[in-house]
Amino acid sequence: MAFIKVENLTHIYHPGTPQESVALDKVNLSIEAGEFVAVLGTNGSGKSTLARHLNGLLLPTEGRCFIRGLDTCNEQELWQIRQQIGMVFQNPDNQLIAAVVEDDVAFGPENLGMDPQEIRAKVNASLQAVNMAKYRTFAPHLLSGGQKQRIAIAGALAMDTDCLVLDEPTAMLDPQGREEVLRTVQKLHEERGITIVYITHFMEEASVADRIVVMDKGQVAADGTPREIFADVPGMKKCGLDVPLAVEVVWQLRHQGIKLPEDILTEDELVEALEAYTCQSN
Amino acid sequence: MLSNITIGQYFPGNSILHRLDPRVKVLLLFFFLIEIFLFSNAVAYGIFSAVAFALMLLSGIPLGMLLRSLKPLWWIILFTFVIHLFSNPGTPIAKFWWFTLTWEGIRMGCFISLRLVLLILMSSLLTFTTSPLKLTDALESLLSPFRRFGLPAHELAMMMTIALRFIPTLIEETDKIMKAQQSRGADFTTGNVMKRLRNMVPILVPLFLSAFRRADELAMAMEARCYRGGVGRTQMKSLKTGGVDYLAIAGFVLLTVSLLGIKVLA
Repeated sequence: MAFIKVENLTHIYHPGTPQESVALDKVNLSIEAGEFVAVLGTNGSGKSTLARHLNGLLLPTEGRCFIRGLDTCNEQELWQIRQQIGMVFQNPDNQLIAAVVEDDVAFGPENLGMDPQEIRAKVNASLQAVNMAKYRTFAPHLLSGGQKQRIAIAGALAMDTDCLVLDEPTAMLDPQGREEVLRTVQKLHEERGITIVYITHFMEEASVADRIVVMDKGQVAADGTPREIFADVPGMKKCGLDVPLAVEVVWQLRHQGIKLPEDILTEDELVEALEAYTCQSN
Repeated sequence: MLSNITIGQYFPGNSILHRLDPRVKVLLLFFFLIEIFLFSNAVAYGIFSAVAFALMLLSGIPLGMLLRSLKPLWWIILFTFVIHLFSNPGTPIAKFWWFTLTWEGIRMGCFISLRLVLLILMSSLLTFTTSPLKLTDALESLLSPFRRFGLPAHELAMMMTIALRFIPTLIEETDKIMKAQQSRGADFTTGNVMKRLRNMVPILVPLFLSAFRRADELAMAMEARCYRGGVGRTQMKSLKTGGVDYLAIAGFVLLTVSLLGIKVLA
């Protein structure tokens, strides 16, 4: 059974009013436990709307959304779903609730009614996991954006979640903060096998995922490994997206008749391929 | 300019007063203040002052800092004192126009002023030794018996926690908006009061808008973390009443009993 299964999901904002807009249009998607999936798309492509369906913050207008067989439309199962799916939002300032870091991380477990000692243990372990243990007693407004997002991740981990859904967690961060957050997410995926759904519009971030889902106008436009997805440069451009710089360079060079391998993703690989090419042609 | 605002006047430390269960502190303070009003003989006031002074020393907070908390109320204390000097009938000492200074007046004035000073000092001792967060927890816990009468104890405490969390964020934001408006020629520093107030509108509108947006997002984040109100919720830092607290309660009971004894004997 797939961990996340989205069937024919349609979501319409403000139905029946002049502002009616279709955010998701018959989306079908299934994500296995332990996958690292990046969801790419421009603004208004429906990627955030999709994320909010995964833990029942939004409910489908049509279709269904299942988490481990639990239906988000079923109110009795909703809290079990929210415990399993941890959410991290875009704005680091608007998702920390308590005035002290450790109290904030404890917020989730407290809501689940765990006993105090267990909460304490979970809080310590989660802060350790995101490498923020020494900021335990800080006030959130004294932390950098990247640190705040790591606290938000710790808050989700403390609930024993199996899956993190991150909705553009780095959109408001500086490059260093972006790096911190992505590293943390990668580490959690590798070391703990946590399923990751990472929504972003940064191609470089998406390229570290196992799988990329490209959203366009409320539909899944493409779905595959990063190499497969970025190989289709015209397709990506049609969805209003850029490809990583290295991929773009290779694509342009290949158009000029320079024979480079097609599956280059990173700048290091590009340099290597170019060196090999120049050696060959000399 | 707005960045160095601190909330409350908590002075971190590790004294016995800091370590007391905040609920015990709040309750003892409450009863102590009542007793100040109930017992009004000289001996009792001597004891109250001695206790207050001992607690101030015990708290490890610089005395000057504690005394400074009297400053805003200095005029009220002085005013009360003067009023009492002349408004009590008794043995006259001197006469100014139709005001008569009496011995009873001086006595009463001293008592009332001392009462006010003790009230303020003891209350600030609580806020100096208890962080706003602990105070919130204490209030939630103390108010929870009134839940059955419809008092939303948990919701009130949650509101206070969120307010404490967001005050610095909103102050930062105000600062940012002000600078943005100033860079486009807004003027907040000249003109009369009305003009200045009118100039605040371009700050308040974006501030409110963003506060509502924040509230919306925060509500969503709270829901995503399984928040369902106070029912079935536990707390990591549950308040514990320990040895020190029982000692404090015992001390307080002793104080009350001896005060009662003095009153009966006198």
